[in-house]
Amino acid sequence: MVTENAPDSFYRTKLGLGVWEHRGKVAATGIGHSPTSRRWDGKAETSVGAFAIDSIRKAIADAGIDPSEVDGLVLDATTTTGAHWEDGAPIPMDVVNSWNATDDPLDGIAKLSAEWIIKNMPELTNVKFTMYGPGCMSRALVVAAQAVGDGLTNNCIVLKGWHNLEGRYYQGGANALDTRPGTAALSTLWGTPASYGTALQFAAYCTKYGKNHDMMAPFVVQERANGLLFPEGFWAQHRPEPLTIEDYLAARWIAKPANLYDNDIPIMATAAYIFTTAERAKDHKQKPVYILNHASSRTNAKSLTPSLQEVEDDTYFTGQKIYEGAGIGPDDLSFENMYDGFTLFHQFHMEGLRYRGVQNGEALDFYATDISPEGKNPVSPSGGNAGSGRTRFWMHTDCIQQIQGRAGERAITGVKPEVGVSGGPMPMGGDFIVWSATPN
Amino acid sequence: MAKQTPIPDELTGPFYKALNEGKLVVQSCNACNKLQHPPKPVCAKDGCGSSDLTYKEVSGRGTIYNYGVVYDCPIRVLQEDQPFNVAVINIDEDSDIQFYSHLPGTKVDDVPVGGAVQMIAEATAGGDQKIVEWKVI
Repeated sequence: MVTENAPDSFYRTKLGLGVWEHRGKVAATGIGHSPTSRRWDGKAETSVGAFAIDSIRKAIADAGIDPSEVDGLVLDATTTTGAHWEDGAPIPMDVVNSWNATDDPLDGIAKLSAEWIIKNMPELTNVKFTMYGPGCMSRALVVAAQAVGDGLTNNCIVLKGWHNLEGRYYQGGANALDTRPGTAALSTLWGTPASYGTALQFAAYCTKYGKNHDMMAPFVVQERANGLLFPEGFWAQHRPEPLTIEDYLAARWIAKPANLYDNDIPIMATAAYIFTTAERAKDHKQKPVYILNHASSRTNAKSLTPSLQEVEDDTYFTGQKIYEGAGIGPDDLSFENMYDGFTLFHQFHMEGLRYRGVQNGEALDFYATDISPEGKNPVSPSGGNAGSGRTRFWMHTDCIQQIQGRAGERAITGVKPEVGVSGGPMPMGGDFIVWSATPN
Repeated sequence: MAKQTPIPDELTGPFYKALNEGKLVVQSCNACNKLQHPPKPVCAKDGCGSSDLTYKEVSGRGTIYNYGVVYDCPIRVLQEDQPFNVAVINIDEDSDIQFYSHLPGTKVDDVPVGGAVQMIAEATAGGDQKIVEWKVI
């Protein structure tokens, strides 16, 4: 079975498409998470492939279906957190040979193909549809939602895995050389870390609206607090350390005005969800969480990096697309779980949505109010990447769990969690899902 | 600051050739008459899509849009110079066209946002290829 990337027609990138044709007809039920780790220890049982199998089996069991009922698999084959397998580095054949390998020996170690999953999960006897949603879980979710809605699969696994290796990420390869070929040199020669573009937009935001970096502290501190209540997450499992405002303000800079805690920690983890039709969801063990819409942004920067104006224009446009397809407005959102890795752009997502009426330039003041899960205005109750490590999927799990009533100590209590929105990654260029307790 | 030496390719060759002559050129679309940078095989402006592209010399003057200070640089050859400024420059001819700059001669984290800058062709540590940098004027 050849697995291809989803075609462009799967993505709802334009305004004016109207209500999504499958609104309320697709639902999430089962959730499965692997353990987390900071880096791979070289063992077969802790490889990204092993983690993927673990999370898939948990998701299927959580949904209460038989593995033979699964007929679809949507995933992102890329699993790097920024750590790449160096050319010529020895491949641990003992690990490769402990699985049913594909033609690529790094499959299951530093990437994940649909073929590898199928070859190593013999209980998946009826998978007839596979597709890649490249980039991150948000895109895989969008692809799976459309595929289920279109009738291409009825019980679909949605999977995202991450591997992380020894060494500092982004420090090897071309970055360690004295030369740089091609157009990449037009931006990379200046040595900007990954968070630089966001830091620049945030600096422009502070200049425009008279805000400052210290005003981010309540949000980032709350993110860690929420993450410590996420038992599936890295910080809760390995470093249950609360973050204080003083910690945040004293943190070293990475790309000022982005500091250490504005950046997320690269980890290994996988997550899997079960998407199904609304009809079939009634027979699953968990309460269905209905999908009201998915929307995507594919806007490119005009030049090297998006300006604040470009970001604000696009996040507002994305918000409009999200609401239009779901047939709702900002007042219908019980909570938001937009992406946060880097923390300094969460406000762009939130303001674009006009969440709780917050307009451009107002989010940092909003962060100074009660944004906890217990309040009436929960902001990122998942804690996001900042609260649980770089996976880009905590926000989705949290939306499902909140609506299912399974968020444990993170449960939203100040409002009834009926409609949530999650997605990312970047303010420009992302994929978004609207989740609901009811199909309409 | 000794940067990596760029290796021009077919797309960036005219840009780098001009820099070695002390000039700044930007890719220009003959169909819609708009500028774009970085260069691309086709015009990406407003869905134009034309491949009828050339390079146009610009004044080499611009303004500082904003900046960040890099403390944790992924490029090995720059790490000994940390922390350093990285500013975004908008050229006078088109405020949508950006260049990065370390702003040589400007103190770290003391950048005049909105201030005027002038391009210079800066030598790199290895090879003969120059790159574009900007100085506050």
